[in-house]
This record gives sequence, C-alpha cells and structure tokens, in this order.
Amino acid sequence: MTDAARIAAIEAKAARMRYDIVEMIAEAGSGHPGGSLSAADIVATLYFHVLRHDPARPDWPERDRFVLSKGHAAPVLYAALAEAGYLGRDHLKTLRKLGSMLQGHPDCQKCAGVEVSTGSLGQGLAIANGMALALRLDENPARVFCLLGDGELQEGEVWEAAMFAPHHGLGNVTAIVDHNGLQIDGACSEVMCLGGVAEKWAAFGWEVRETSGHDVEGLLDALTEPPADPAVPVVVVAYTVKGKGVSFMEGDAGWHGKAPSAEQTATALAELGAALEAAGSTSASATEGGAR
Amino acid sequence: MSEKRATREAYGATLIELANEGLPVVAVDADLSGSTTTAKFASAYPDRHFNVGIAEQNMIGTAAGLAVEGKIAFTGSFAVFATGRAYDQIRNTVCYSGLDVKVAPTHAGITVGPDGGSHQMLEDIALMRVLPGMRVLVPADVVAAREAIRVAAATPGPFYIRLGRAAVPVIYDDDYTFELGRARVLRSGVHVTLVACGVMVEQALTAAEQLELDGIHAEVIDAATIKPLDAATITASALRTGAVVTCEEHSVIGGLGSAVAEALGELAPVPLARVGVRDVFGTSGEPAELMEHFGLTATDIAASARELLARKR
Repeated sequence: MTDAARIAAIEAKAARMRYDIVEMIAEAGSGHPGGSLSAADIVATLYFHVLRHDPARPDWPERDRFVLSKGHAAPVLYAALAEAGYLGRDHLKTLRKLGSMLQGHPDCQKCAGVEVSTGSLGQGLAIANGMALALRLDENPARVFCLLGDGELQEGEVWEAAMFAPHHGLGNVTAIVDHNGLQIDGACSEVMCLGGVAEKWAAFGWEVRETSGHDVEGLLDALTEPPADPAVPVVVVAYTVKGKGVSFMEGDAGWHGKAPSAEQTATALAELGAALEAAGSTSASATEGGAR
Repeated sequence: MSEKRATREAYGATLIELANEGLPVVAVDADLSGSTTTAKFASAYPDRHFNVGIAEQNMIGTAAGLAVEGKIAFTGSFAVFATGRAYDQIRNTVCYSGLDVKVAPTHAGITVGPDGGSHQMLEDIALMRVLPGMRVLVPADVVAAREAIRVAAATPGPFYIRLGRAAVPVIYDDDYTFELGRARVLRSGVHVTLVACGVMVEQALTAAEQLELDGIHAEVIDAATIKPLDAATITASALRTGAVVTCEEHSVIGGLGSAVAEALGELAPVPLARVGVRDVFGTSGEPAELMEHFGLTATDIAASARELLARKR
C-alpha cells in the first residue's frame, strides 16, 4: 500500500467512526461527543495502522496495548473496536443501555478489547506504566499506548506517572495527549491553565512530538518513528478540535457531555455522512486497512 | 504468647517465599519499603520491586497495570495513605476492573503511636469493606499475617490486608492455616461472645481470662476475615451465648463492629456492645497509653462484657 493510500484508508476509518460516534450517542440519549470526535483520527491511526493487534485474539500476548485514560471518550474506542471486528456493529446501538457490554465508560470485564476499565480521570498513564513494567519483565516486545485528555492533565496522578515512566526507562510506553483545549466548564486555559503542555512533558523527561491530531500523516510519523533513546518514553501532543467533524459541535465546550436532539442528529449525520462518502471515494482502492 | 512480633514483619518475608515458590508476585512501594519490610523483597528480587516515590495514587495505578498483565501485585505504604489517598484508584481501577492487586499496608490503627492522629488510620476497614469485590483481612499476629498474605496471593482479585507497626504477641502455632471467610473460635464459652480482629484478639483473650475469674465464661472468636464475614460462626455463637462484644482497633463505625451488627441484626439479634474508637481521630502517645486512652484494653472489653450481661439478664 502506498503511503497516500494508507492515509486515505485511515481517514476513511476515522470518518466511519465519527458517524458511529454521533449515531450511538444519539441513540443512547447521553454521552460525550466532543472528546470522542476530537480523538477519532488518533484512535483510527492507532487501531488501523500503529497497533500490532488481532481482533480474533483479543488476548494475544504480544498485542500492543491501548489504554483510554480519558474514559468518557468511550464511544471512539467502541467505534474502533467495532470497525476492527472486536465486537459486532449491532452492539453500538446498545451504548449506555442496561445489560450492554458498552458501558458509559469502558469496562474491561464486559467488553473484549478493553484492556482496563477507565473513567475516573488521571488514572490511565499509571496503569499503562504498570503494564509496560510487566511486559518488560516478561521480555514481551509489545508496546503500551495511552490516550489522555488535556483537561485530565490537571489531575496530579498524571504527573506522578509522568515522573515514573522516564525514571524507570519505560521506552515501551507512548502517551498521546488529545489537546483540544476545552473541558466541561470551558477553555482549559480559563478553568485551570495547563501552561506549556509540551514543555511540561519534556521537563519530566519525555521525548515530545507535536502534531495536528487531525493530520493522519503527522500522526503516523509521530506514532511510528522510533525514539532517539529506546529507554525514553515518547509523548505525542496532538492538537485537536473538540467536536471535530460536526460543524455546530466544533470548538464548543457545551458538547463535552450531551447528546444531540433528533434535529441536531440529522444535521450531524448528514455532515458526517458526506465526509464518509468523500473519504470512501478517496480510499476506494485502499481496502487493506485494518489490523496487521 | 510470650514472643512479640509485628504483623508487618510477615510482609516482605512472605513475598520472598512466594517468589521463591514461583508465583509471579511483584511489589510496588511509595518510599516506605523499609517500614513496610518490602526492602527485603527488593534485595532478593530487585527486578520485581518498583518504587514510585511519594505517590500513592500512582502506586495503586502502577500495581493495577502490573496486575492487568498477570502479575500478583502487592502494594505497601502506611494504611492511612494506601487507602485514603488512593481510594479512587482502588475503587475505579483495581476493584472495578477486578484486578489481582493486594493492598497490604502497615502502620494501621492507633498502635502506630506517636505520629498522631494524621497517621492513625481508623477508617480503613470501613473504606475497603464497602468496595465491591474487595476482601478484607485483619490478621491477629505474624503467623496469621503470613498465612493471610499467602491466601491473598493464591486467590485471584483484590484484597486488603491490614498490618500493624507495633510488636504483638504471637498467638498461633506454625501449623495455623488461614481460611478465607472463616472465623476461628479460640476459646469456648457460654455467657458472652467476644469477636475480635487484629491486635484486639490478644486483648479479647486476656479479657476472657479476667471474666473467668468472675465465673463468666466468654467465647473468643478471631474474625480475621472481615469480608467475607463468617456470619455462620459468629451468629451461631451469639445464639448460644446471647450477647456479643466486638473488639477492634478501628472506628466503631464501618468496621468489624458494624459488620457483626449487620449480621446479627439480620440473623440473630442479641445485645451487642462495640469496643473501638468512638468517632474521634487518634492522638500522639505510646501504643499502650493509646490503648488505654481510647478504651481498647482487655479491661475495657471485660467491662463492656459485664455491662452487656446485665442487659442480657
């Protein structure tokens, strides 16, 4: 597959996931569209090119691990898992409903492909570090990827974990910050200013890479380039737009955690459907995508 | 009951035994590996010991990640930090994911002594007991502690094992076995049941001897498993004796006394007295002084039993 075709294929997956995200949240009547949509390109790039995984064997020991620290973005994970084949697409409409494997926040005891339950913010990176320690102990070459939200960086435990990974030489960990600049109460800069996010990670000893979180080519480079020092963990600060892909949700903190009305859903799905169609035509020849 | 040893002594030593036996145990510490005795484990198995620094939330999260990957992850620290500071991590990561993390902190209760109220954890049993899936063990001596740690390591899922700083008498022989969910009748009696855990087992046994002098035959039960509680043994005893005194080095709210009260209330309502710390914080002092100050001595237990017997009659 050429690079252009690979990128087009990933973009098509992201477009599909965005459509699914809005559709499943609308069906559920609640959920978190903003941060799910902002992370769609990142998660699509991970699941459909970066991660070594096998949907037929969710417990394959050498699979790369993905930890969704920003657990409220569960719909983007579920969309990826469905697209990859971990779960049937018919499950998506059960999001947040009684008896569903798709809980409001990821539950590893209910859904195959979810490595660990998340939802209380700030906890994912420490878990990822622990997984990485165990993998190293077992001489398992698998890597651990952890997606954090930027608002989540306000939790102290994130920095406890950020301190830990370079200290213990966890080059098998990659953190990704979905830096959309918004949290529930408004702009991160106004609620509790994060300061220089890239500078903070660098100060904690990480190799920092910055890219647009909606530029698949940039994400591929940032997520696949080997680190300069194999004992130094990499963090990718991915600049994103909250609500990306739905015109009336983009850049609006109000869409952090609410479902669209029927009318809004129709508008959103029309926009996302058009994008999906456009992405489908550009990646028409690229059918290879998916797990490697 | 002459030799005195702290239950925490069992911690690092037992982890070494378990590793020697081939179990995939790992230990995560938060700058207290000397106090918790995991420094010994770190010397024996340096690649399986991880220090997170002074960061208890990260300690639990890291242990959780290790457990996700199949390790039996033990975490130390002092009880006040291990449970209070990292409660959300224990709840939302360890218990909600059903992970094989064993929270085994030391320095629980008032017997930590002069450090004072900030460090005297009196709510940990309550906090841990309410978490779905968490098993809560409070061993009475170093032998029971060793066996409790071994049972926790051999049983998948989250455990809380409450260990102490102060040396306490060795009660059990080496042939002691720990059974999850089983309370042990240490002394038979017909007039009153003393249900104790941890360092209070020794006090309850002494209280029974004091009561014996008055012709009161007390039954003494070591309820080392607070959760799952051995309600069958405790209620059967309660129905025989008709009165129960619970004894714990913990708040009377939410701990052993509450657990026993719940069981009795549902299955065998009899007069109940709870010996424990009565909704106050600890304070600086030597352990023996504090036991008197907070009314946790054998004499206090015996007094409670006598009052209770008056109510029973």
